[in-house]
Amino acid sequence: MHNISKRFGGTAALEGVSIELYPGEAHILAGENGAGKSTLIKILCGVYSEYAGRIVLENRPVKFSSPQDAARHGIAAIHQELSLIPAMSVSDNIFLGREKMKKNGTVDFSAQTIASQKILKRLGIDGVDVHRPVEEYPISIMQMIEIAKALSMNSRIIIMDEPTSALTEPEVNKLFETISALKLQGHAIIYITHKMEEIYKIGDRITVLRDGRFVAAAPIADMARNALIRNMVGRELNEQIQRRSKVCAEELFRVENLDIADPQGNRNLVNDVSFSARKGEILGIAGLQGSGASELLNGIFGAYGPVSKGSVFLNGNPFVVRSPGRSIEQGLALLTNDRKTTGLVLGMSIVENITLASLPQYSPVCWMRNSMEQKAALRYKQELNIKADELSREVSSLSGGNQQKVALAKWVGTKPLVLLLDEPTRGIDVASKHEIYELMNRWTAAGCAIILITSEMPELIALSDRIIVMHRGRISARLEGDRITQENILHAAMGQEREVA
Amino acid sequence: MIPLVSNTSQKTFISRLMQYPVTRAILALIVIFVIGLVFNGGGAFFKWPAHRDMLRQYSVFGILACGMTIVIITAGIDLSVGSMLGLSAVVFSLLTIHRDWNPWHAIPACIAMGAILGVVSGGLISRFRIQPFIATLAMMVFARGLAKFISGGMKISTSIQQADGSYIYKNDPAIFKMIDSRILDGNLAVVTLIFIFCLFISWLILSRLRIGRYLYAIGGNEEAARLSGVPVIKAKIFAYGMCGLFSAIAGICQAAQEYQGDPEAGVSYELTAIAIAVIGGTNLMGGRGSILLTLFGTLTIGYLDKILSINAVSEAGRLMLTGVIIVSAVLLQRRRK
Repeated sequence: MHNISKRFGGTAALEGVSIELYPGEAHILAGENGAGKSTLIKILCGVYSEYAGRIVLENRPVKFSSPQDAARHGIAAIHQELSLIPAMSVSDNIFLGREKMKKNGTVDFSAQTIASQKILKRLGIDGVDVHRPVEEYPISIMQMIEIAKALSMNSRIIIMDEPTSALTEPEVNKLFETISALKLQGHAIIYITHKMEEIYKIGDRITVLRDGRFVAAAPIADMARNALIRNMVGRELNEQIQRRSKVCAEELFRVENLDIADPQGNRNLVNDVSFSARKGEILGIAGLQGSGASELLNGIFGAYGPVSKGSVFLNGNPFVVRSPGRSIEQGLALLTNDRKTTGLVLGMSIVENITLASLPQYSPVCWMRNSMEQKAALRYKQELNIKADELSREVSSLSGGNQQKVALAKWVGTKPLVLLLDEPTRGIDVASKHEIYELMNRWTAAGCAIILITSEMPELIALSDRIIVMHRGRISARLEGDRITQENILHAAMGQEREVA
Repeated sequence: MIPLVSNTSQKTFISRLMQYPVTRAILALIVIFVIGLVFNGGGAFFKWPAHRDMLRQYSVFGILACGMTIVIITAGIDLSVGSMLGLSAVVFSLLTIHRDWNPWHAIPACIAMGAILGVVSGGLISRFRIQPFIATLAMMVFARGLAKFISGGMKISTSIQQADGSYIYKNDPAIFKMIDSRILDGNLAVVTLIFIFCLFISWLILSRLRIGRYLYAIGGNEEAARLSGVPVIKAKIFAYGMCGLFSAIAGICQAAQEYQGDPEAGVSYELTAIAIAVIGGTNLMGGRGSILLTLFGTLTIGYLDKILSINAVSEAGRLMLTGVIIVSAVLLQRRRK
């Protein structure tokens, strides 16, 4: 891929990025969240067909109009969310959309069975009955089935986006064996990961992106860990973001040895996490994709029900993790990281969204007091500077920044002691971002504690009084004062133990 | 610098008015009404009795549609309302005719039974996460079976067969006559009054009580509502409970109008109730709709049926035309982007 650029509206997601891929190599694509990795991948596998630059495949220029088109050219992507149909059999999944047909127009199931068995054997997988539905197998096998599907299309380039995030240690080893086998067979693999050990275990060469730009490419042996981190960081720190309020000494919120299991109860998303936050403090949580940071906040808030192990204290009293409703009563609020699917009821009005989490305040004895509600909503509209002509307007008609402010207003309306903010500035305009920073300063000055997750490193560094870094569901570093640097954060986030000099 | 909101000032007054579901529901009703004025069945449409009878006939459907609207707003559906109506009609007749219960005991008993069965559906749906379609389909079959079991498969009427095969005849209970009567010189049926009362209760719930807001939020985005502390399980159980309660009221009205409890009563009424809610403009995807819309929906469906009958359209033709008109009305009301 040469000189690829892609713009979304006014912002450039990629600018002049090039990447070279050779048969039989595993090519690592590295970069922070938002560095442009996914955009590049989506262009390569035909999801985005509008872009500048060119793609050359085996000396021929190509341009893919759709994922199907890319697949025909031998490019397959295995995303984190697997694209298998759970209730269909293994072989039907492998040949979905490309069924082998008999002359009479019916599906040739026996040919599909034989072909799928052959591919799975090639991958070195035993014990999979291709007639059984995919959902009966663990996620690691499903991933192998995805790979088998890619192979059945004669894919020469296989893209894997964080394939190990849901796998256990032995499963990861198995996957790596498969990748090695694929390399020997001449397939090229693009591998995206945030885990330092994986990069050096599986990678042959590496390309680093930062802020949508190409930074460096080298054989893996030539890029030491420290050099890699140096290449990844270096985003400009934003001097305009200012942290102004003072942190009190008084502890407000403490979490001890917390485990959080995923809602299906199969494995722990968060393991043995302890931290505390003081009054007026902004505690930043850093972590790359799959670190468990977001799950930690959701778990504390009770979104997954009671926690399996560990304890939480608020204001010195035990805090009961049971349900979101219970958490709100006790003074906790969680701004989720996706306002459209988990934050707002888009079809409801601005007022109704603002008061949704604090309705009992406006409806003593179950009876709605509309004028009281309107007045409160108007107050929050002014306090958060929500730009809308009428409060009765549906939130779906607002811009992203204003929607986010409505979501924030909803939580401030519950008068929380601790605000959990998961990506409060994602996908909103610069002016709104700064307004939200200002609000965070104001709320902490009033004695709130804020626990902040943001994938924008400069924002995190500028706003946080202290930072904890997570990697694979555990805390891998606690940083304070001068030790808060992009390098230190990234080292810890990629699972690298490092003593700070 | 920041785009405020979509610009509406350039749109015409009419198109702005058409954004409101209520305007569209009224428009649908007006269209039907105009059709009635044109095909007036030899002038029958211009006379008050046509309208009065329509209101009386469609009150029972309207009561069912009140409960249905509440459930549909939570993005659910209740297929059991027709069977619950039949069950309630049987139980009410049994208690008042055979057992000589005081009606002021029999009515609350029937209503409580409907509410409890509704709560069971709601519990299956919210607590055990069974799809509303399946859970209420099961309740539909179960309630019909229960109605037949209680009645022994016979209509419960004032002629009661004794063990020796002879019949004894009882008088119609006063409560039946009362519900079936009319007030204001015979211009307003009591069942219509009951319908209006149900509309009012539903309006209170949906527009004036906290729980109503919860119901809309759940229908609009259940996950966001849950994370905002909305008691999703309780609210859903409440919605289905109310729907069962209204079905029981409808059953009492039906029994009184027929002077008997027919275990087969109310077959396919759930479909009419859904059609009323949808024609009014309540969205089957949940989160949008109102009880006012359901009132207009009831009138639209009621007038449609009345116009077809005064013009002596055959039943076959009536069914086909109703199907066509439901689709047209829904297309007319589709939200425009």
